[in-house]
Amino acid sequence: MATRSVPGLGIVKGMRLTLKTLFTKTSTIHYPLEKEVPVPRARGVIALDADACTVCMLCARECPDWCIYIEGHKEMQPPSKEGGRPRSRATLDRFDLDYALCMYCGICVEVCPFDALFWSPEYEYSEMNITSMLHDQERLGVWLETVPDPPALES
Amino acid sequence: MTTADRQTLSMHHSEVQVSVELQTPDMTLNLGPQHPSTHGVLRLVARVDGEVIKELEPVVGYMHRGYEKLAEVRTYPQITALVNRIDWVSGFANEIPFMVATERLMDIEVPERAQYIRLILTEMARISNHLVFLSSLPLELGAATPLMHALRERERVLDLIEGVTGGRFHPNFNRIGGVKPAAAAGATQKKVVQDLPQGFVEQTKSAMEYVREVCADMVNLVLGNEIFMQRTKGVGVIPADKALAFGVSGPNLRASGVPFDLRKTDDYLPYSNFDFDVVTGSNGDCFDRYAVRLEEVVQASRIVDQAVSEIPAGDLQAKVPRIIKVPKGEIYVRAENPKGEMGYYIVSEGGRGPYRLKIRTASFSNLSVLSWLLKGQLVPDLIAILGSLDFVLGDVDR
Amino acid sequence: MSAILDNFWSLLALKILLITGVMMTVSLVIIFAELKISAHMQSRVGPYFAGGRYGWAQPLADGLKFIQKEDLVPADADRPVFKFAPMVVLAGTLAVFVIVPFSPDLVVRNLDLGVFYALAAGSIGTVGVLMAGWSSANKYSLMGGLRAAAQLIAYELPLVLAVVGVVIQAGTMSMVGIVEAQAAPVFHLGDTAISLPYIFQGQFIGFIIFMIAALAELNRTPFDMPIAESELVMGYLTEYSGIRFTMFFLGEYAGIFAMSAIASTLFLGGYYFPGLDSATFGPLVLMGKVGLLVFLIIWLRWTLPRLREDQLQSFAWKWLIPLALVNIAVTATFKVVF
Repeated sequence: MATRSVPGLGIVKGMRLTLKTLFTKTSTIHYPLEKEVPVPRARGVIALDADACTVCMLCARECPDWCIYIEGHKEMQPPSKEGGRPRSRATLDRFDLDYALCMYCGICVEVCPFDALFWSPEYEYSEMNITSMLHDQERLGVWLETVPDPPALES
Repeated sequence: MTTADRQTLSMHHSEVQVSVELQTPDMTLNLGPQHPSTHGVLRLVARVDGEVIKELEPVVGYMHRGYEKLAEVRTYPQITALVNRIDWVSGFANEIPFMVATERLMDIEVPERAQYIRLILTEMARISNHLVFLSSLPLELGAATPLMHALRERERVLDLIEGVTGGRFHPNFNRIGGVKPAAAAGATQKKVVQDLPQGFVEQTKSAMEYVREVCADMVNLVLGNEIFMQRTKGVGVIPADKALAFGVSGPNLRASGVPFDLRKTDDYLPYSNFDFDVVTGSNGDCFDRYAVRLEEVVQASRIVDQAVSEIPAGDLQAKVPRIIKVPKGEIYVRAENPKGEMGYYIVSEGGRGPYRLKIRTASFSNLSVLSWLLKGQLVPDLIAILGSLDFVLGDVDR
Repeated sequence: MSAILDNFWSLLALKILLITGVMMTVSLVIIFAELKISAHMQSRVGPYFAGGRYGWAQPLADGLKFIQKEDLVPADADRPVFKFAPMVVLAGTLAVFVIVPFSPDLVVRNLDLGVFYALAAGSIGTVGVLMAGWSSANKYSLMGGLRAAAQLIAYELPLVLAVVGVVIQAGTMSMVGIVEAQAAPVFHLGDTAISLPYIFQGQFIGFIIFMIAALAELNRTPFDMPIAESELVMGYLTEYSGIRFTMFFLGEYAGIFAMSAIASTLFLGGYYFPGLDSATFGPLVLMGKVGLLVFLIIWLRWTLPRLREDQLQSFAWKWLIPLALVNIAVTATFKVVF
C-alpha cells in the first residue's frame, strides 16, 4: 500500500515509467505487413473433408445457432461382390457454413464421428458483404490444406 | 440544517417557507445507454443539481439476450458454449459453476488433472479480467496509458488460454466430466486429446512474472499517483453492512473489509491445495476496490504458479455417456468469479437440457447498490464509482 | 516590394497570413508529436502508413477528413453563437502570437504591455468555449462550458500573479524587454559574463505555477474537465463536427504552442541562448525551448488522470494563489533590497 510520502513523488514515479516506455521497443505487430502466427489450436475457420462426410447431420443438429446447412441424397453403389446386393451410400450435395452466424464454439468439429470437420487457425476471410460469409463445400474444402498438425503435449 | 430537516420544516410551515439557497430547477441527465463510460449499454437516469446527483435510477436490460430462456431449449453441451458469453471478460470462469452443477447432478467424479487445468484457466481468466479492470478505472479518470500497459500483459495470458483451449475470450473448453476430450468415436490423428500443449508450464511461469511486473508498474503509474488518490480515496464508500445488505460480492465486498471468498469456503475446485491470501480492504472506497483487485492479481498468479508445478498426471475426462441426460433434481452451485459470486440454479426434469436455468451473476447484484451509493455524489465521482464496481453489461443483463 | 512593405495595411495582411501559416504548421507538428509520443508511451507505434514514412501526414489526412465532414448544427442550437464559437477560440489563440518574439526583430508588434496583452488575449478562448457549451443545446456541452468558465476564473489569477514576479524582476512588460533583461549578465565568472534565465534567478516557483495554470487554461490533462470524455462525452465539443471541430482542435494545439512560447520567453530566456547570435539563431532557440515545454505537456497528459472540478478549484485558491502572492512579495523584497 502506498504510504504518504513526499507530495508529487507518485506523479514523478509515473512519469518516469512513461518516459521509460517511450524509449523501449513497442509491442505492435504491423498487421498487414507482418502476421501473427496463431497457435495450432486456434479456432479460426472450420475446414471440411467432404469425402469423409456421411451426411449424418450430427453437426447441423448439435450446432447451437444452426448455421450449418446440409443436403444429400442416397446413391446406389454397385455391389462390392459379384452378385451381391447394391449398396446405398449417402452423398453430400450441399454443405454450407454461415460464418456470419457461427459463434466458433467448435461443437460441430467435436461431434463429427467420421473426422470430416477440422479447425484451422486461418483468420483472413473477412468480407464486404455479409452473404459472402456463407462458405460452401469447395471453400470449406480449401481450408483443409491449412489444418495444422496437433501440437506436441506437455509431458 | 440538512436537506431532510429543511423538508420537514417546510412541510409544517408550508406558507412561510424560507429558502436559504437560490432555488434552481434540477436537470435530468440521461447517461447512457450510449455513453463512453457505462461499459456498454447501462442507462442511468440522474436528477442533478449542477454536478450533484440528487437521485439516480439505473435502467438495465438493453443487452438482455435471454440466456435463461434459451437454455431451456438447448442441450447441456450447447449451453457450455453459451454461458462463457455471459461475462465475456472472464469467459472461462463462467463455465465452471455450470459444469460443476451438472456434474453434481449426474454424480460424476472429475479427474484431478482436469480439475487442475480448470483451476489454472479460471485463475488466468481472473487475471485477465482484473487487468482489464485495473486499466479501465484509470481510463475513466482520464489516464489512458495504464490501459495499454495492462492490456499488453493481458495478451500474454490470453495467448496461453488460446494455446490450450483454442479461444481467447470464449474458450468453451469444459466438458461435463472434465475438460475438452478426445473427439467422439472414431477419432483419428488430428483430433488427439486436448491436453496442455508443450511448453505450457514454462510459458505460464514467465507470463506470471510479467503479470507481477505490470502490477508493480500499476502501483507506480496509478495506485501511488496523488491525483488518483485524490479522486478515489473516500469516494463511493460502501460500508460492510450495506455491502452485505445489497448482496455485493467478490472484490467489491472484500474491499469493504468482509473476508468472504468462495474459493476458501466452497469446494467447487481444489483451491484448498494452494496457498493464497484473501485480500481485503478497510474503507470500501474506490481506492480500496482498486487496491484489492491489484493484490488479487498477484495472488492469482501465485495460485497459477503453484498449480502448474504441482499438476498431477492422469485422465482429462471421467466416463460420461455419449448422450448427456441429467437425472431429475435441482441444484445451486456458486463460484468465486472474477466479478463476484456467480451461481447456476439448474432444475432438471431428466431431459437433455435443463427444465429451468437461473443464472445469478455478480455484476447484476453489485449494480443494485448504485442508486443508494450515488445519491449526493458528484458527476465525476459517479464515473469513478461506476468504474470501480467492475461490471460488464453482458453479465448484468444475461 | 518596398512599396508593399511600406504600406501599413498590406504589411498587416502579410503578417497575418504569415502568422496563420506558421500557427497551422506548428499545430500540425504538435498534433503529430502528440500522436507519436503518446503511442510510444503506451508501447504502440501510432501513425505509421500515412505519408509513407512514420505516418508524418496523419494530421494532414485527419484535417482533410474533418473538412469533408458535414458541418452539423443541432436543431435546438443557438445557430449564430454555435457557429461563431470556434472562430472566437481560434482567433483568441492567434492573437497571442502578435507579441511572441522569435528574435529581437522578428516580432509582429513589440507592445510595451506585451505580457498584459498576451494574458488578456489568451483568455478570450474561454469565452468561445463558454459560447460553444451554451449554444449547443446539449446538457453535456453546457456542463463542459460551465466547467471551463469556472476553471478560467480560478486559473487566470495564478497565471497573472506568476508573471508578476518576472515583470518585477525585469522591470518591463515588453516581451522583448524581458528577454533582453534575461540576456543581461547576472555575475561574472572570471572574464565571462554569466546570464541566467529567470527560472534560475529565483522564479522557479513562478514557473511551476505558470505551467500548472497554463495547463488548466489549455484544458489539458490533469485539468481537462471541460472535455472529460469519460464523463461529459466530449464536453463543449460534443455537438461539433467537420471544419468547426477542426478549428477547436487546431486552436487547442496552437494554444499549447502559444502558452509554451510565452512561458519560455518569460522564464527560459526566450530566443536568447548564451553564445548564439539572437538575430539569426533566435527562432531556432525559441523553438527548441518551446519543444521542451510541449513535450512536458504531452508527457503529463499521457501519465496523469484528471482531477475533479472542486479539487481543482481548491488547489487553485488554497495553494497556487497564496503561493504566487508569496512569490511576488519575495521577488519584490529582493528587488528593493538588492
